[in-house]
Amino acid sequence: MQIDWFTVIAQIINFLILVGLLKRFLYKPILNAIEERENKISSQLEEAESKKEEAQKEKEEFKQKNEDFEDKKKKLMKKAVEESEEKREELLEKARKEAGKFRSRLKKSSEEVQQNLSQEIEEKVQKEVFAITRKALSDLASLDMEEQTLKVFISRLNELKEDEKKEFLEAFKSKSDPIMVRSAFDLPSKQKTEIQKTVAGILGTETKFQYKTVPELVSGIELTANGFKISWSISEYLNSLEKNISETIEEESKKGSEKQ
Amino acid sequence: MKLSPDETIFWEYGFININLTIVTTWALMLILVISSRLITRNLKVEIHISRWQVILEIIVIMINNQIKEIGLEKPEKYIGFIGTLFLFIGLANLFVIFPWYQPPTSSLSATAALAISVFLSVPYFGIGKKGLGGYLKSYLKPTFMMLPFNLISEVSRTLALAIRLFGNIMSGGMIVAILLSIAPFIFPVIMNVLGLLTGMIQAYIFSILATVYIAGAVKIKAI
Repeated sequence: MQIDWFTVIAQIINFLILVGLLKRFLYKPILNAIEERENKISSQLEEAESKKEEAQKEKEEFKQKNEDFEDKKKKLMKKAVEESEEKREELLEKARKEAGKFRSRLKKSSEEVQQNLSQEIEEKVQKEVFAITRKALSDLASLDMEEQTLKVFISRLNELKEDEKKEFLEAFKSKSDPIMVRSAFDLPSKQKTEIQKTVAGILGTETKFQYKTVPELVSGIELTANGFKISWSISEYLNSLEKNISETIEEESKKGSEKQ
Repeated sequence: MKLSPDETIFWEYGFININLTIVTTWALMLILVISSRLITRNLKVEIHISRWQVILEIIVIMINNQIKEIGLEKPEKYIGFIGTLFLFIGLANLFVIFPWYQPPTSSLSATAALAISVFLSVPYFGIGKKGLGGYLKSYLKPTFMMLPFNLISEVSRTLALAIRLFGNIMSGGMIVAILLSIAPFIFPVIMNVLGLLTGMIQAYIFSILATVYIAGAVKIKAI
């Protein structure tokens, strides 16, 4: 058990060489590899983290976009519905107006038709009545219708009430215009004088007469003096008839419109 | 019976002699360096690595952590020295499982060489860290009165390192040799297993003590 100093020195040198060699071949490469791997792993983790963040961000963005889109869609839908509603309203209004216009036109035309019809009926009835009367008179009493008409007129003149007479007088006096006698037919002179006589009887004085033939009077006769008027014609009878008929037509048309 | 492998001399020329201790040390050095080289030649930085690399990494990281635990802040700087101490002594003691193998650590010359290396490394790392003045001041701590005791402890602990390792390993070998002559079966095996355990513990103790001495010199505040 002794120390061999050469061995000690040799072993120190050996040991130092071993330290150097192991440093070079063992510790450095191993430690470097470990560090590198750790760096790599941490960088990968960082990368993963950043990717995750990015994904999260993108997700948010996408969500936002989706919401925007949904919003827009809703707005557009709402707008479209509103517009269509408006349009519908407009069209309805237009249609209503047109319908109203059409209805008023229809009403007008139907009124026109009615008027025309009533006028026509009136004329026809007048003519018919006139013809019937004429026929009846001539058949029954072999009387001339005109003559009879005049007779009735004159009798009416004679049967004037006191206040009517007075009115007639006043009207006559206020102006010196000739008394106008209008008739549907030409009056024969004999009858003219008869009228003159009767009038003179009422007024007490002779006066000028003017005669005019107006076919519209329909077998009638009319005397006017400054606004005062005495007349007789078949149209008086006809008027009431016309009135009745027109009432009936109106009722009918009313019923028709109600049905519509 | 030879007590020390120093006594087996292969070649001699005056002061120079090549004995079994030196030859075995060379062989161990070769094994360590070549296997390290073979494994670290193609190290990978990927997540999947070879099993050999894993073993080496485990050993290196373990040594690193031990150094760190004792209190040295940058273990990479000291692992070359401390790690080699541990690996060399450990491997030298581990090979006692081979027949006719005589560990170099059973030679007082070899253990003395290792202890002297530690003795020299303490001022080397201390001066490297704190400068010459700072290092020398650490001998005056806690008071200048402690200077002789500090110096004595410096020498005595080196001696203790050398003798402890030598004594343990040599005695282990001796016990096995004696037992072989008394009870040649089974018992020597058990003692050999115990010797293996003792050898690993001694490698650990030696390197840990070296670390503690270095740490004592390197730390700004003395322990």
